[in-house]
Amino acid sequence: MKPILLIDFGSTYTKVTAVDADAPRLLGTANSYTTVQTDVNDGLADALSKLEKSIGKLDYFARYACSSAAGGLRMLASGLVPELTAEAAKTASLGAGAKVLKTYAFKLTEDDAEEIKALDPDIFLLVGGTDGGNTECMIHNAGVLASIGGDYPIILAGNRNAARECQRLLEGREVHVCENVMPRFGTLNIEPTQREIREVFLNNIVKAKGLSRATELISGIMMPTPSAVMTAMKLLAEGTAGQKGIGDLVAVDVGGATTDIYSVAEGLPDDPRTALRGLPEPYIKRTVEGDIGMRYSIRGIVDAAGIEKVAGIAGLTPERMGEIVDMFAEHTDMLPYDDETARADEALASMAVRVAVTRHAGRLEEVFGLGGLKLVQTGKNLVNVDKFIVTGGSLIHTEHTGRIASYGFFDEEDPSSLKPRACDVLVDRSYIIAAMGLLSEHYPDAALTILKEELKKDDSAK
Amino acid sequence: MEKKTLVIGVIGADVHAVGNQILYHAFTDAGFNVINLGVMVSQEEFINAAIETNADAILVSSLYGQGELDCRGLREKCDEAGLEGILLYVGGNIVIGKQPFDEVEKRFKAMGFDRSFPPGTPPEVDIEALKEDLHLED
Repeated sequence: MKPILLIDFGSTYTKVTAVDADAPRLLGTANSYTTVQTDVNDGLADALSKLEKSIGKLDYFARYACSSAAGGLRMLASGLVPELTAEAAKTASLGAGAKVLKTYAFKLTEDDAEEIKALDPDIFLLVGGTDGGNTECMIHNAGVLASIGGDYPIILAGNRNAARECQRLLEGREVHVCENVMPRFGTLNIEPTQREIREVFLNNIVKAKGLSRATELISGIMMPTPSAVMTAMKLLAEGTAGQKGIGDLVAVDVGGATTDIYSVAEGLPDDPRTALRGLPEPYIKRTVEGDIGMRYSIRGIVDAAGIEKVAGIAGLTPERMGEIVDMFAEHTDMLPYDDETARADEALASMAVRVAVTRHAGRLEEVFGLGGLKLVQTGKNLVNVDKFIVTGGSLIHTEHTGRIASYGFFDEEDPSSLKPRACDVLVDRSYIIAAMGLLSEHYPDAALTILKEELKKDDSAK
Repeated sequence: MEKKTLVIGVIGADVHAVGNQILYHAFTDAGFNVINLGVMVSQEEFINAAIETNADAILVSSLYGQGELDCRGLREKCDEAGLEGILLYVGGNIVIGKQPFDEVEKRFKAMGFDRSFPPGTPPEVDIEALKEDLHLED
C-alpha cells in the first residue's frame, strides 16, 4: 500500500482525501473548517484527526494540496477590444483557475485606477493589441498601473512591441513578460500566460495567503483548486497511455456564490460548411458565472430565469417562491427543511445549471443571404458531448441530481443553444474531483481509476 | 520599412469567398500584412480587427448588391472607435443594377470611403492606389 494524502484548502472547508496509489482506491475523506485567519494547520489537523478516526493512522508517502482559501487567486485583467484581447485575457485567467474580479477593455480611466487600487488583486494581467498592432492602449494602462502603485505582480502578455516600454514604466514592480495571448488576429495563445500565472501563484500567492506554514507539513501546494478540477476533467476525458478516458465531457459545479462550468471538447461545428465567428475556443474551457449561485447569488438565478419559471418548476406560487428566495438570500447557511423548500432549492439549482451551461455553450444561428441559408456558429458546439459531470455541495447531496443536471441539456425550446443532447450524468458523490486532479500530477493512472470508480451514474433524469 | 497592415473581408450577409481570397493573396504578395476576416463580416468586426492590429486601411468587399446599405455608417463608427482618418476602400458589385459608376463613387465618397472600385477591377489597381495613399515607394 502507498497511501497519499490530498488536501483542498477551500474558502469554507479544508477537505482531506486519502487514497492508495498502489492498488488505486479511495480510502476515506473528511473535512473541517478552513482556519486561514489564524493558522491553516489548525483546520488541517482537525480534518486529519477526523480522517484518522474513520480509516486509522496512515504513514503517508506524499501529501499534495490545492487551495482556494482567502478568496482564491484573485485576478484583474485588462485588454483592448472587449470581444478580442480583453476576452482572451479573461479566458486565460479563468483557465488558470483564477477568480477574475473584473476585466477592463480599452484605456483605463481614473475611476478604473481607483477601483483597481481598492480591489488590490493577487495578480494583474495586462494585455492588448496583436503583435505589431496597437501599442498605445497597453502602454497607457501600464502607466496607470505604475501611477497607482501596489505590490501585486503584473503579467504582460500583449503586443510584444509594447512589452519593453511597459516594463520601463513599471520599473520597481514585479513584472513577468509572456507571449501575447493573441499574437495574430483571431488566434488564441493562452497557455504561456497560464503557466506564468501558476508560477506566480506557487512563488508568491501561497505565502501571501498564509498558507506557507502548511507547506512545511506537505509536499507542496500545487495549484488553485479550479485548476485541479480542470486537470482532473482533462484526465477523465482523455485517459492515459495505458487507460482509456471517457471522452468529451461537460462538468458543472454549482456553489453558493458562483457556478463554474467546464468543458473538455473541441466544440467544432457538425457541418463543416458552418462559418465560425468570434475568438477561437480553448479545448478545455472554464467559465464562471459570478451572478449564479445557490445562496449569495440566489437573486441572480431568479433574475436570469424569471420567478414564474422557477416557481413553475417547484410547483409553488411565485409569491411563495419569492419568500423562500428572500429567506435563503438572508440565511446563506440554511438548508432545505421541508418538502416545499426542498422543491424550491431543486428548482433554483435546475435553473442555475440551465443558465450557466447556456452561457458556456456556443450558439448556432441561421442567416439568410442571397447565397441561400448559411449557418454561423459562435462558441463551442457541445451537442455531441455525452458525459455530464456534476460536483459541488448543492447538487451532490440531493437525490435528484440527474434531474437537475438535465436542465443543462439541449433544449428544443432554445435549439440554437449548442448544449449537450442526452447525456450520462456522473455525480461526484464523495467530492473527490479536485483531489484527483492533484493526484494525477504524479499518479495519473491511479487518479483515473479512482475517478471512474467514484463518479456514480445517476439515472434520475430518465 | 515596416509592413502596412490591411483589414479585408466581405461585408454583411454576403458569402462570396473567392474574390476576397484572390485579394488576400495579391495584397500579401505585394508586401502587405493582411488580416483576412473572410465572408459575412459585420462593421463591428472590421473595426475591432483594425483596432487590435493597428491597421492602416480597411478594404471592404461586397458582391451581392447590398453594399450601400451594409457600408452606411462605417466611417462614423470608425471615428467613434478612435480610428479617425483610417483609409477606407470599398469594391465589387456594391450597388443594385447598372448605375453609372461615377455616381456610385460620389455616393460612397459622401459616406466616407476614400476610394470605390467597380466590378472587375484587377487587384493591381487597388495595390497602386494603396501605395499612393499610404505613401509607399515601389
